[in-house]
Amino acid sequence: MSGDTLTVSVWRGDGDVGRYQEFEVPRQESQTVLDVVTYIQRHIDPTLSYRFACRVGVCGSCAMTVNGKPRWTCRTHVSKVAGDGRLEVAPLRNLQVIKDLSVDMTDFFDKWARAEGRFQGAQTRDDDFAQVSPDSPKRRRASAGIECIGCGVCYASCDVVAWNQDYLGPAALNRAWTLVNDVRDIADKQRLKAVAGDAGCHACHSQQGCVERCVKHLNPTQSIAGLKRATALAALKGELE
Amino acid sequence: MSAPNIQTEARLWLAQRVSAMVLAVCIAVHLGTIVYAVRGGLSAAEIIGRVAGSEAWFAFYSVFVIAVTVHAPIGLRAILNEMTKLPKTRVDLLCFLAAVLLAYLGLKVAWRFYMLGGA
Repeated sequence: MSGDTLTVSVWRGDGDVGRYQEFEVPRQESQTVLDVVTYIQRHIDPTLSYRFACRVGVCGSCAMTVNGKPRWTCRTHVSKVAGDGRLEVAPLRNLQVIKDLSVDMTDFFDKWARAEGRFQGAQTRDDDFAQVSPDSPKRRRASAGIECIGCGVCYASCDVVAWNQDYLGPAALNRAWTLVNDVRDIADKQRLKAVAGDAGCHACHSQQGCVERCVKHLNPTQSIAGLKRATALAALKGELE
Repeated sequence: MSAPNIQTEARLWLAQRVSAMVLAVCIAVHLGTIVYAVRGGLSAAEIIGRVAGSEAWFAFYSVFVIAVTVHAPIGLRAILNEMTKLPKTRVDLLCFLAAVLLAYLGLKVAWRFYMLGGA
């Protein structure tokens, strides 16, 4: 890393209208992109809007487009992405911009609901705990996708989301797949109906932008492929009517 | 979003995947035959000599044509729905016509070659 300052272009604007504004930010050791954005807001321009909460990669609220790629900014070191001393920070793609770097996540999470992403069990508090073997195939498939933090990076990486506004997107479909594999859940039929079709799993082109960028190294494309198989099986049985 | 018929969509997807598996075998046999057939130069007489009157080749190419008839229009339908603003019913009609055309032309050729065997 050369020099002790960083030239940072930050997207400023409301909705679709805006422009990049340049800032000079002191370079520090182990500096993250979120540190840079926070420095600008605290020391240069307090009107800069952005979103964060935990700062340690748990909450999934600080995702932004960094040098053209969606990333979780709290866990992205400047040294990793700004080799030439330049940084460009923009809001996530495929989501409505509220202001500057903050996007409206409503569509993103509404699609989780549309994909029947809510656990629905049949047992009550009086029943004993369900016994689920960690080695069972269903538990393994659920575990493979369960660590999603809902940051929206996959959603911003997906070209199908960009051209098909109805498409549920990788995160919502991945969530649905973990529930399809949850042996305690009883809503599979309606869930498979919700995720089939050209707004659901069948719209996926398997381009794997989501896999490439997922901050938790999940594989939503694989989950979506699982949904394609499960819906095909349900269609053969006539269960999607 | 309007969901015309989720079940039909899922079945079409499955039909396309199954036909793709059939096509993978058919294309391998087809290409293998081409490589084998052109060893000593290609002639119409040689092709006719191989396939004319052969029930096996007629059956093979009939399966090939049917797999294409199932596979291609479903893909075409997805592309048209995604890349154009044509109404979905229009797209369905166009793709059905494409299927009919593919089946007619393909089966006609397979049948004519078979009949050259002098049945």
